[in-house]
Amino acid sequence: MQFSEGPLLGAIGLERTFGSTHALHGVDLTLAPGDALLVAGPNGAGKTTLLRILAGLARPSRGSVTVAGRRLRAADPESRRPVGYVGHESLLYDDLTLVDNLAFAARLHGLSHPARRAREALTAVGLGHRLQQSPRELSRGLVQRAAIARALIHGPRVLLMDEPFTGLDASAGELLRRVLSDHAAGGGAVVVVTHQPAEAWAIATHAAVLRDGRWASYERRTGEASVFVARAGVGDA
Amino acid sequence: MREAMRAALAIAGKDVRAELRSRTALVSALVFAALILVAFSFSRDPARLSAAALAPSALWITFAFAAMTALNRAFAVEREHGALDGLLLAPVAREAVFLGKLLANLAFVFTVEAVTLPLFVVFFNAPVGPVLGGIAITSVLATVGFVAVGTLFSAMTVRTRFAELMLPVLLLPFMIPPLIGAVQVTARLLSGRPLSEVSAWLRLLAVYDVVVVTFALLLFSAVVDE
Repeated sequence: MQFSEGPLLGAIGLERTFGSTHALHGVDLTLAPGDALLVAGPNGAGKTTLLRILAGLARPSRGSVTVAGRRLRAADPESRRPVGYVGHESLLYDDLTLVDNLAFAARLHGLSHPARRAREALTAVGLGHRLQQSPRELSRGLVQRAAIARALIHGPRVLLMDEPFTGLDASAGELLRRVLSDHAAGGGAVVVVTHQPAEAWAIATHAAVLRDGRWASYERRTGEASVFVARAGVGDA
Repeated sequence: MREAMRAALAIAGKDVRAELRSRTALVSALVFAALILVAFSFSRDPARLSAAALAPSALWITFAFAAMTALNRAFAVEREHGALDGLLLAPVAREAVFLGKLLANLAFVFTVEAVTLPLFVVFFNAPVGPVLGGIAITSVLATVGFVAVGTLFSAMTVRTRFAELMLPVLLLPFMIPPLIGAVQVTARLLSGRPLSEVSAWLRLLAVYDVVVVTFALLLFSAVVDE
């Protein structure tokens, strides 16, 4: 495992247990500005648990996470500010319109002109004509676009995404790759957890495989996704 | 502190906006409250039990069960689509999240109480007019206490399988102290006693509020963090 200079996201010795089950066994991680890490692995490998701990949504049983030089702690709200997260669920309210949902997210982050920010963020993901619709009126793919817009609205330096390509059509997938690529090129850091490494292969600078809560491999991304998939024995190319 | 209040108001505003769009909890709570009042009113034998004797209990049982409807929904909306994660990801103190949910629940329960009170006057012919100020003070003090506990327990039970069952089981014992105080004060006020005579009960309700809000603020982070 290689460590870059000036880490934007760092994790040391992350362990997480659920009763007698060990989800993570001493996972280390360091991402410098511009790094984009693709994490693959079989079901139950601990990928989602790792991402939730990196986002501050779950506490590690041991170990710590540092974001932009600040230790991530529940009691320190400012430590969460640089993080943007897309999980398995949209984090959106069915009883609010899309624009109200994102304006609320903007308010939580203390942004000025939250409604304008919300409109801009939704327009950027191709939902500018659906501002007044609620998530329950949209398809899975369109909700996923809104969830991505929600994660990006405050300009996070670290993007954590759990299966972000799920439900997206080809054009939306391409849009997301461009967003992630631009984010990393602009000095941000990205972690993408996926069962389909090929989808995020082009934007990744590093590729890793998590198996049984440990890194089975962690390397700089080279060659073709199909070679990585065959070697790692995960997902589809 | 200012940041926390801003976030709390944003969360409360979001809940109020969502409820105004759906109106599910408000309408069901109001219908439920009206049903309880009707049941109490028509089950009473006027020859054996006067309306004045039953009125305080009927009023507060109605308020308490209508509040339960709101509290059951308080964190259920955050469970849908993992929205609670959205709150916990934000650069907002956990205490501000609690305060926001508490403010929204109070707004909801006060609305239900304000609509239910005239119905109560009609069904029980209760002389509320001259003591409206005292009833209002009592309502605020009692409601803050049990809504604060309910907001905490609602967050605690939302990730359990039987949240709707667990909440009343946990909450009802903690509702007893404010309900006893509220019924005592209401009974005396409706029978024409002065507010000064019930000041001890009002102080007790205020102390209960301070204690439970403080404990809830301290415990909330432990309740919502994984």
